[in-house]
Amino acid sequence: MKLETNTTRARFRAITDNAVTLLAVLATVLVIAPLVAIFAYLIYRGYSSLSLDFFTRIPKPVGEKGGGMANAIVGSGILLALASVIGVPIGIGGGIFLAEFGRGTKLANSIRFTADVLNGVPSIVMGVAAYALIVSPHVRYLPILGHFSAFSGGVALGIMMIPTVCRTTEEMLLMVPHAVREAALGLGVPNWRSVLSITVRTASPGIITGCMLAFARVAGETAPLIFTALGNSFWSTSLNEPIAALPLQIYVYAISPYDEWHKLAWAGALVLIVLIVLAVSLVRYVTSRGVLKGAS
Amino acid sequence: MIQVPETRISPPQQRHELQSAAAQQIDSASPKASEIRNFLLHRGNSALADRWFHVLMLLCALSIFGIVLLIAGELTIGSSLSWGQFGFNFFFKTYFDPNTHLPMYWDPVNGHFSALPFVYGTLVSSFLSLLIAVPLAIGVAVFLTEMCPGVLRGPLAFLTELLAAIPSIIYGLWAVFVLVPLLRVYVNPLLTGSLGWTGLFSGDNPTGLGFVSAAVILAIMILPIISSLTREVMIAVPHSQREAVLALGATRWEMIRMGVLRNARIGIVGAVILGLGRALGETMAVTMVIGNTPEIHRSLLANGASMASVIANEYAEATSNLHRIARTVIGLALFVVTILVNAVARLLVWAVTRGAPARSR
Repeated sequence: MKLETNTTRARFRAITDNAVTLLAVLATVLVIAPLVAIFAYLIYRGYSSLSLDFFTRIPKPVGEKGGGMANAIVGSGILLALASVIGVPIGIGGGIFLAEFGRGTKLANSIRFTADVLNGVPSIVMGVAAYALIVSPHVRYLPILGHFSAFSGGVALGIMMIPTVCRTTEEMLLMVPHAVREAALGLGVPNWRSVLSITVRTASPGIITGCMLAFARVAGETAPLIFTALGNSFWSTSLNEPIAALPLQIYVYAISPYDEWHKLAWAGALVLIVLIVLAVSLVRYVTSRGVLKGAS
Repeated sequence: MIQVPETRISPPQQRHELQSAAAQQIDSASPKASEIRNFLLHRGNSALADRWFHVLMLLCALSIFGIVLLIAGELTIGSSLSWGQFGFNFFFKTYFDPNTHLPMYWDPVNGHFSALPFVYGTLVSSFLSLLIAVPLAIGVAVFLTEMCPGVLRGPLAFLTELLAAIPSIIYGLWAVFVLVPLLRVYVNPLLTGSLGWTGLFSGDNPTGLGFVSAAVILAIMILPIISSLTREVMIAVPHSQREAVLALGATRWEMIRMGVLRNARIGIVGAVILGLGRALGETMAVTMVIGNTPEIHRSLLANGASMASVIANEYAEATSNLHRIARTVIGLALFVVTILVNAVARLLVWAVTRGAPARSR
């Protein structure tokens, strides 16, 4: 085999190398560009449409100026609170099982796998399932079932939170060093107490941020609410009635032909994104600072 | 003398018996040891609490199975009523309008339902978006793991993650008011002019809505998922691989190609499939830009509809029972397909990253 001394070949390799570097940089720029464009336009359109009315008034009929999304903001809050009540405890419980009891077992592995797969199920499917389970007129076991309601929307969102919360809780608990558990058990603390007061508490910043991540994710969900919470242009805080939600209201306004409503949609989108970015940044901050590192 | 039984290895089931046995021994040995006795009995109670705690946590974990079964069950029951009427043919058949002899697919008024245009729309928009997103995502992942200066790595990774956190509805809003007009004015005429002869980009659609718009917004949405997973997989490739290739005199690109991409290819395929799963089920943004007409056109600039978009779009119109059932069948199909796609993708990604020390978050 002849050693390579061909300079054109060497030059070709060098050029390829540079070209690929350039392409990779270009790809990164192309990916960041829409992000910047979305945020810039969102702030530009949203900020000019925001006003105090947006937070304090309910929507006005078509043609009238003004109006806000106070009912949608409150409605989103109610839906998310309900979703958290359902999703957070069950999700944390599942995470505790995966990390503390089922480590390495087949059952835990299959649950982990199912949770990951469930995370990828489209939210619209959750909506259809929640519709069939709660909203469909055939369901008449309880007075709260059988019609569109805030309750059904909250349940749909809560179910969506479970796999996310479960997996992040597990990951955070796995980071807690074994010595901490052993120390607790060595002092004679019962296992449940050791898990709740020692392991979970040590990992609690991580678990809370995981919950916030799930919260931020469902906060922007629209598809599952279409068939469940339905939306409402009036004040309603009852769990038994259709309720307005911020993403749903943005959707309805965005596809409407009225300029006044488009403005409100942009303002709503800005409010939503600010909430989500805050949550995500907090998560990023906490995980990168390594709150858990102090324990190890 | 207190003789405590050997408890070096005591599974939780036996602990309770051992402890009460120990308490009895203490009782008989010395009546003054009531403090120790109380303590041990207390431990006995907590062993019961331990068991309850274990069961409770197990139930929470099992609820995840429960959710999957519940969704599958609800959708199957909801659609089984009609299975005799639709059959598997639901996804393939075409009706013809008796007057115009044009193909009809989705005609709620006359009770004709066929999912063919939606399956077509979902497949076309998803694959088009993959075509756009995959090269870019791999480019970003290569840049972030292999080339990027350390100062930029954190912020850039954060920005791509942020892209994943933006809700679908905001992408849709942005697409309707910014992306679609841009494509309509600048890109679509270009496509028609240069590639119009293929028939794929023919026709003038004055709205700018359609498969191309849907594919572009989908590509932007699935990019962060693909790139962050690709990054994770590439980080999991051991450094010795890179060093070995570099030591043989390879340039950086050759190192990436031979040392990194080749080792990570299974995981990258997994990441791409995961992106596909997300694209298949993406609802709001697609609904807002695809045009929502249940027709099949050769041109990619024409309006269409996807499985998710038809479910979302006709929520208020589903008046007849048959219509509602047809929607549920599409939902079930979407559920089954995304479950399968996600399962395959997860298995592929796990095959590469399992046991890897690096965790990229």
